[in-house]
Amino acid sequence: MGLRFGIGRLSAIGAGAALSVALTASAYAQEPVKLGIVSFLTGPAAVPFGVPGRNAAELIIDAINKGSLPAPYNSKGLGGASIEARYVDEAGSTANQVTEYRNLVQRDGVDAVVGYVSSGNCLAVAPVAEEMKTITVLYDCGTPRIFEEDPNHKYVFRVTPTATMDSVGAARYVVDKKGDIKSFSGLNQNYAWGQDSWRDFVLAMKALAPNATVDRELFPKFLAGEYGAEITSLLTSEAELVHSSFYGGDLESFVAQATGRGLSQRKTMIFSCGESAMFRLGNRMPDGTIIGGRGPHGVLARESELNTWFQKEYAARFGTPPTYPSYHMAQSILGLKAAWDKAAAAKNGARPSTDEIIAAFEGLEFDGPSTRISMARANGHQGISETAYGVFKFNKEANRPEVVDIVRYPAECVNPPDGVTSQEWLEGGMKGAKCD
Amino acid sequence: MIERRHILGGSLFAASAVVGPFLPPWLISLLTIAFASALVVLGLIVLWRAGLVSFGQALYYAIGAYTVALFMRWTGIHDAFLAVILAALAAALTAFLVGFLLARYREIFFAMLSLALSMILYGVLVKTEALGSTDGFNVSQPTFLGYAPHGMELSIALYWYALGLGAIAAVLVGAYLRSVAGSLAIPVRDNEIRVEYLGVSATKLIHLKLVIAGTLGGVGGAIGAMAISHVDPNMSYWTTSGGFVFITILAGAGSVAAAFVGAVVFEIVRTMSVALLPGAWQLILGTVLLLTILFLPDGIGSLFMRRRRKAQEAAQ
Amino acid sequence: MLHLVDPENSFVLLALAILTDGLVYAAYLFIVAIGLSLIFGVMKILNVAHGAFYAFGAYCAATAAGMYFDKGLPEAGGFLAMALAALAVGLVLGLLLERTILRFVYGKDEVIIVLVTYAAFLILEDVIIIIWGPSSLSAYQPLIAAGNFMLGPLILSGYDLGLVLLAIFLAIGSFLGLRHTRYGRLLTAVIFDRETAAAFGVNVTLFFTITFIIGAMLGALGGAVMAPKISVTLGIGVEVIVLAFAVVAVGGMGSIEGALVGALIVGLCRAAAVHMLPQVELFVIYAVMAFVLVFRPHGLFTRAQPRKI
Repeated sequence: MGLRFGIGRLSAIGAGAALSVALTASAYAQEPVKLGIVSFLTGPAAVPFGVPGRNAAELIIDAINKGSLPAPYNSKGLGGASIEARYVDEAGSTANQVTEYRNLVQRDGVDAVVGYVSSGNCLAVAPVAEEMKTITVLYDCGTPRIFEEDPNHKYVFRVTPTATMDSVGAARYVVDKKGDIKSFSGLNQNYAWGQDSWRDFVLAMKALAPNATVDRELFPKFLAGEYGAEITSLLTSEAELVHSSFYGGDLESFVAQATGRGLSQRKTMIFSCGESAMFRLGNRMPDGTIIGGRGPHGVLARESELNTWFQKEYAARFGTPPTYPSYHMAQSILGLKAAWDKAAAAKNGARPSTDEIIAAFEGLEFDGPSTRISMARANGHQGISETAYGVFKFNKEANRPEVVDIVRYPAECVNPPDGVTSQEWLEGGMKGAKCD
Repeated sequence: MIERRHILGGSLFAASAVVGPFLPPWLISLLTIAFASALVVLGLIVLWRAGLVSFGQALYYAIGAYTVALFMRWTGIHDAFLAVILAALAAALTAFLVGFLLARYREIFFAMLSLALSMILYGVLVKTEALGSTDGFNVSQPTFLGYAPHGMELSIALYWYALGLGAIAAVLVGAYLRSVAGSLAIPVRDNEIRVEYLGVSATKLIHLKLVIAGTLGGVGGAIGAMAISHVDPNMSYWTTSGGFVFITILAGAGSVAAAFVGAVVFEIVRTMSVALLPGAWQLILGTVLLLTILFLPDGIGSLFMRRRRKAQEAAQ
Repeated sequence: MLHLVDPENSFVLLALAILTDGLVYAAYLFIVAIGLSLIFGVMKILNVAHGAFYAFGAYCAATAAGMYFDKGLPEAGGFLAMALAALAVGLVLGLLLERTILRFVYGKDEVIIVLVTYAAFLILEDVIIIIWGPSSLSAYQPLIAAGNFMLGPLILSGYDLGLVLLAIFLAIGSFLGLRHTRYGRLLTAVIFDRETAAAFGVNVTLFFTITFIIGAMLGALGGAVMAPKISVTLGIGVEVIVLAFAVVAVGGMGSIEGALVGALIVGLCRAAAVHMLPQVELFVIYAVMAFVLVFRPHGLFTRAQPRKI
């Protein structure tokens, strides 16, 4: 893998350099690329996910059009063509989203779509994308069902790894760091996201810590807001560890109420989506909480020129550091750019066809702002990457939230291999995981 | 007796059918989904004539949709005609059973109980992880008595299918509303006790209307499922019911055609709002509803009715 | 590790937990629903915009808290600032809505009025985004300040106790207000029979305006009071509407006792579900609603309605 990395990087830099030379000569001689961006702009998923995603899209697209990203993305446009973005709100029913997708492709004539936070929308839109023969990059939804249920996909891509990775990473971190766990409880929202996250976590724990038992399994309604009964239940339970895939308003409300009743002093909590709330919560997030970021994003990210650029520019433009939904969007658009540029380079800068872009995208390895992504699953359409978990600590002197004790798990350790569904892999004890 | 408005309505349907294939593709699918809502709204009009507003039609919509989806998934038969018949039967049966309870309620408690029932189905669907919980699952592409279209042809086929079902429903509901049973709706709304003195059971009448509305809701859900190729529990959520009531008010209870016009107008206004103001489209939608209620209190349908009344007055 | 579970007294602990959690949740429901119940009882309007009043109350209170606590003033005043901010915005919104939109639709079908309030709700939700942007605010200071205390083996929040006391205060206050003030007695008359009250010279229109404003202020106050416990963000209004509706439906039309009892029943059932059978928590409120409506079609506490022939 090391050698492939090196060659991959060299050829990427070489291609990038050649491309920059070729493209600056004929800057924007082409028609712009119309890109549809779909994300939650209103509703409860907007503040934690939809808007950070949309902001990242704005930032990255502007930078691509100006050519101001660090290498290897410093060429202007997609294969030299500037991007015209069209933003659509993901709020509304699935029927609305299918209609809006068709509108984007058939009425507005977009060349590609990057979007979707909700797994339900991803599932509904994927077959339509195939029917409309339009490249669609799903940027944030976590369900593994997209490619598991439709093996004949050609136009749909997902750069961001599935949510399976989050639960497996959580289980591994907890087992590595907390050693002998007798039992654990769960507090997850009562809908597909919460149900799937909990089920995956329980299965992963069964494989890694077979003697640990499940204590309380709490499933408050999504957007319940009032968690008094759940907190009492957890306070009076035996298990010291509490897993939660809560996010957004629910997470922040729960933390407020739980801290008020001293839960954090008595239990260790692990929030698989905690990173997205850490800046809004600041010093109200209890020290010692284990948090994840659905990947090694934000404060969990590796240092790189691209990451430094991203964090600086995003904070300057939007007043707050970027969190994982922003990274998911950034890496999705950058992946598309990498594929597009590669396909264009093969044609000496001419506009690549959809099939050529698809061919370039499949199996691609590229750098996102936080880590390297490898499109290594589902015939090269599903990305995998490493993940990271750490412990939250509020730095009082510097007056900012931080994460310490970070552990990274390689991609092949926390993502299921090809040929087996997530569920089967977890139930089979995660056979084939390469964790060294 | 064929009145002028029957000719008008019929030609409207015929024109839509002929023009369909020449419309831009995004509009064809948008209209198909609007027709699905229109069928549910027809049912709401039937109930509204009797003074009842159901905030739980999503129950039948979801039952119709899931029946189609599960039927295709479990039997591998994709025939749209069979699927819609099964959806209608499932919804009708549910409405029949639920009606024993619901027909006794009026006004706000009718609305609340119907809402509660649809939310209970929602809860059941959310808890059923085998059906994908809130993510739902995809519906196979339908076939039409052996004809298996794809892509653009499928869109047009579904459009005609929905239009055809809509036309049949419009004719049947129109006939019902003019029948004795249908006409008794307004007396029931105004003064139930007097209706009972006439020897008619108001409860039985309402029970029948519930079954009609439920069946229409189920057929609407079946079309919806095939048009989006996806079902999820949100189809049973109270905001879905609210959307149907929204369209009903927009359309007005005056005429059957209003259901279709209202549904199409709503869908177009919604999609234009999203395009215009992606971050604040609900503002536009709310304002349109408000203006309609204030200035067109009898709905869009009343625009047609006024002309008819003017014509009648002129004739006298 | 502190062991809070005493195997011998498990049942007592469970009962205590359900009781305390049920009371806290019931207080939450009652505070949130009382404004809606009042408007519903007097004007027969199911005010969907109630969710927007709640959200506006929460946002204004959180903004006020932010401004107040930044100045480092004493904590007790902070809560007062939040309450005042909410009451002010409730007054403004209630007046605005009633005078500019509602009074044009009074004579119409009840459903039309509900839809007008629904339209207002949609508009107001987006106005929140326009004013505050897609952000989330917090006003946690009162929650922390209230601390927590032990009740036997249970750790309870002081703030929750405050909410229970507030709910009791509001309930007693409305009771006494309805029975012993002039406004209250006239209000009762208007609830019972609008026409007769008008015939006796009661200015029904003025009553409607005053009642709607009071209802709006109570809704906004609900939001302010809950703000320290939650994240004040987009969408908090939507959830509250259904909860408030359910409480009102269970309790009966416009009855304060009904709303109280309804809140208690739903609160205790939900607490029981969470502690004993978490799987059914999702259904609880709708199951209770359906159950009560089956046996008491007009809600638990209805006033006898004369039959009109």
